[in-house]
Amino acid sequence: MYDVAIIGAGVVGSAIARELARYRVKACVIEREEDVCSGTSKANSAIVHAGFDAHPGSLKAKYNVEGSKMMEKLSEELDFPYKKNGSLVVCTKDQDRNSLEGLLLQGRENGVEGLRILEKEELETMEPNLSEDVTCALYAPTGAICCPFQMTIAFAENAADNGISFFMNTEVDQVERVGDHYEIKTKAKENSTGSQIAGEVLQARAVVNAAGVYADVINNMVSERKLHITPRRGQYELLDKAVGDHVSHTVFQLPTKMGKGVLVTPTVHGNLLVGPTAEDVDDKEGTNTTGEGLESLGAMSARSVRNVPLRQVITSFAGLRAHEDGNDFVIGEAEDAKNFYNAAGIESPGLSSAPAIGVALATEIGEKLGLEKNPSFEGKRKGILNPSALSLEERNALIRKQPAYGQIICRCENVTEGEIVDAITRTLGARSLDGVKRRTRAGMGRCQAGFCSPRVMELLEKHAGLSPYEVTKNGGKGVLVYGQNKEI
Amino acid sequence: MKHYDLVIVGGGPAGLAAAVAARDNGIDDILILERDNKLGGILNQCIHNGFGLHTFKEELTGPEYASRFIQQVLERGIDYKMNTMVMDISPEKVVTAMNATDGMFTIPAKAVILAMGCRERSRGALNIPGYRPAGIFSAGTAQRLVNMEGQMPGKKVVILGSGDIGLIMARRMTLEGAKVEVVAELMPYSGGLKRNIVQCLQDFDIPLKLSHTVVNIEGKERVEAVTIAKVGPDRRPIPGTEERYECDTLLLSCGLIPENELSKGSGVTLNPVTSGPVVNDALETSVEGIFACGNVLHVHDLVDFVSQEAANAGAYAARYIRQGEKTDVRTVPVRGIDGVRYTVPSTIRPEEMQDTVTVRFRVGDVYRDSAVVTCIDGREISRRRKKVFAPGEMEQVILKKEDLADAKIGEITIRIEKEA
Repeated sequence: MYDVAIIGAGVVGSAIARELARYRVKACVIEREEDVCSGTSKANSAIVHAGFDAHPGSLKAKYNVEGSKMMEKLSEELDFPYKKNGSLVVCTKDQDRNSLEGLLLQGRENGVEGLRILEKEELETMEPNLSEDVTCALYAPTGAICCPFQMTIAFAENAADNGISFFMNTEVDQVERVGDHYEIKTKAKENSTGSQIAGEVLQARAVVNAAGVYADVINNMVSERKLHITPRRGQYELLDKAVGDHVSHTVFQLPTKMGKGVLVTPTVHGNLLVGPTAEDVDDKEGTNTTGEGLESLGAMSARSVRNVPLRQVITSFAGLRAHEDGNDFVIGEAEDAKNFYNAAGIESPGLSSAPAIGVALATEIGEKLGLEKNPSFEGKRKGILNPSALSLEERNALIRKQPAYGQIICRCENVTEGEIVDAITRTLGARSLDGVKRRTRAGMGRCQAGFCSPRVMELLEKHAGLSPYEVTKNGGKGVLVYGQNKEI
Repeated sequence: MKHYDLVIVGGGPAGLAAAVAARDNGIDDILILERDNKLGGILNQCIHNGFGLHTFKEELTGPEYASRFIQQVLERGIDYKMNTMVMDISPEKVVTAMNATDGMFTIPAKAVILAMGCRERSRGALNIPGYRPAGIFSAGTAQRLVNMEGQMPGKKVVILGSGDIGLIMARRMTLEGAKVEVVAELMPYSGGLKRNIVQCLQDFDIPLKLSHTVVNIEGKERVEAVTIAKVGPDRRPIPGTEERYECDTLLLSCGLIPENELSKGSGVTLNPVTSGPVVNDALETSVEGIFACGNVLHVHDLVDFVSQEAANAGAYAARYIRQGEKTDVRTVPVRGIDGVRYTVPSTIRPEEMQDTVTVRFRVGDVYRDSAVVTCIDGREISRRRKKVFAPGEMEQVILKKEDLADAKIGEITIRIEKEA
């Protein structure tokens, strides 16, 4: 019997797991995919919002502002990339300046610090590539960018190192209240080589629903307070690092009747990111990009930033935001289901809010279950070493000790064998090409894994003990090779 | 780390030929830096034949062709380091590199030859919509898996792009037991060599659909289907022409991009058409003492031309090391117009050039019954007829020193002209 079972190892589920690890608790995280950070958490704007967007009094506003304030310290403690680059909401000449003023007041009411409105002249020196139509902008110095992969992985790793169990490739089929606890039935599954893995039944005193776009389905299994989540697709284009400095702040657009507009932002790794579109879709698996969607980004981004070098695109992707009908996060114990805790409807600003949601839910669960503090909790986590951050002397000392750090595998992002082996062999290590990519950036660069994927496949075989036919791009049946030549 | 007269970045066909020529032109102190674990570059995975017809007057496989040059490098005792990644080249020609045995090190050089080759345009760069499952490979990655790892990346294959690697892989995958359903090409003509279309597609009854592109990829974990559609003259898909192919693999052969990230760091000016450095008749870039050759300079169709070009780069680099460079020399621009997309080199120094200079270029469309016409300030100096000029095949014009003696020459133009 588990004290707590968390459904979903996205950023929210992982943050809750890490905070729960501060208690003496027997807890597990159940994840449908082969890796943490495989749903909405991996395909979003990678923004830490300052917190002026959400309506005062909403849970979005509360957790956004709290989470955003926690983020810098957390990034040091858990060793994930974070940069306070500041954000701008730009107002163009055909738009109403009063809306911008409204946003300023709303932000102040939400407790966002340092907000002010900048005029055209100041903007021109600060962000020279803004569109000529921009007349003024709301500047939020606390706006930031981060790496959502490394953030989620850091939470999960730290949770696991502090004793929380993670079950990957495990999809929840049914959650049922049985007496004073819950029974969670998981689905049978076929692995990459076609063998059947039987489903099982887990028992837990408390359940946390952090199932992203499926959080309504999970909630509705146990609660009469039905939720309804619409997957809202956001398509993005990621541009080459060569143009990563086209803007230095995160540039949002003032929402219009036509929608929220798109953002143009540097990423914490130095690329330029443009997106997202916003389309409500029926399919909770609809993470495909579309020709129309990608094409729309050109005209949309041009409203705020001039000459966005979209020809320098290196990849495009789509993520699904979990939009709940109530238009707010649904957080806390369900009214009619004791010890069933929701973290549902987590759309933007979900990434920014995750740390605060983690603390809030873990605290609530700790109290309700009467959990004791865990005196041996270690909140510090060291990420995968980035050799390029070392001095020349330190780097050469490292290579002498561990020559794999002198061997480049991914030539676009200069990722060494040492980093990839670390990514595979550490806690909750990578089991797929994309797992390695999210942890190390190998394959994330301009050739998009053309050169390094055969090498990374070899390293996965060697260090994860996989056969060539078990190595996948992203889990499931997504193998990369089918058999030896002439044998397929 | 030791100083070298000449550092060559890349140990593929360009780097090897450049090294041999530099040594044969009197430079003893040469180092080749190669990122892979063997010399020969991409030739090592090109196990098909057809290499060396110009250079050796025989048909060799890629590895055989490479081994001839590797042999010449070894015979000359030229230094090389493998598994070594060049991290930076400064405008002062200090090369920073790293490997597992030496760590990170710097080498000051008198001259540098860029020979890093090219990469394939990826699915991301092509912005093909759809899901992002396993089973989407660039043709070169698939070639490496099949030819070097002996592993089959697919059973039922659709290929987008009719570049040479895609054509070669259509045949290769077929021979290894896969079914290649179709090759779709965005343009109204193929980007590959005629001989490859005949030998790799027609001989195996693989359909080539010109003016088609991929408009959707299905499958969350592994590719399950690919939809292609006809495109109009604007290269945009025509609604209603979609055809869906069930398959597990999509190979991409949609163009090669010279890998010039290092060149940019050294301050070398790039040509937006080729994505390679701008060079003069000595294949010298805008940074004195940094030369370029092979696919990092412009994408070639035949390795024989790479070897020729690289040998020139090696010889010119040797001359530079021995004699330094004259400043204030007369420079004449070479421009491609009317169908000639670019020229390499893009400037000629009439007083410094050899007796002849080979100018290489590609055309922007298919031209039938036409001629390539070279003019000096509008005055025609040469004309060569050809039945078909195609973008997939590199063309050349030879410029003679004697034609360029007049000090008042403004520019040389090369164009394609329709003949009656």
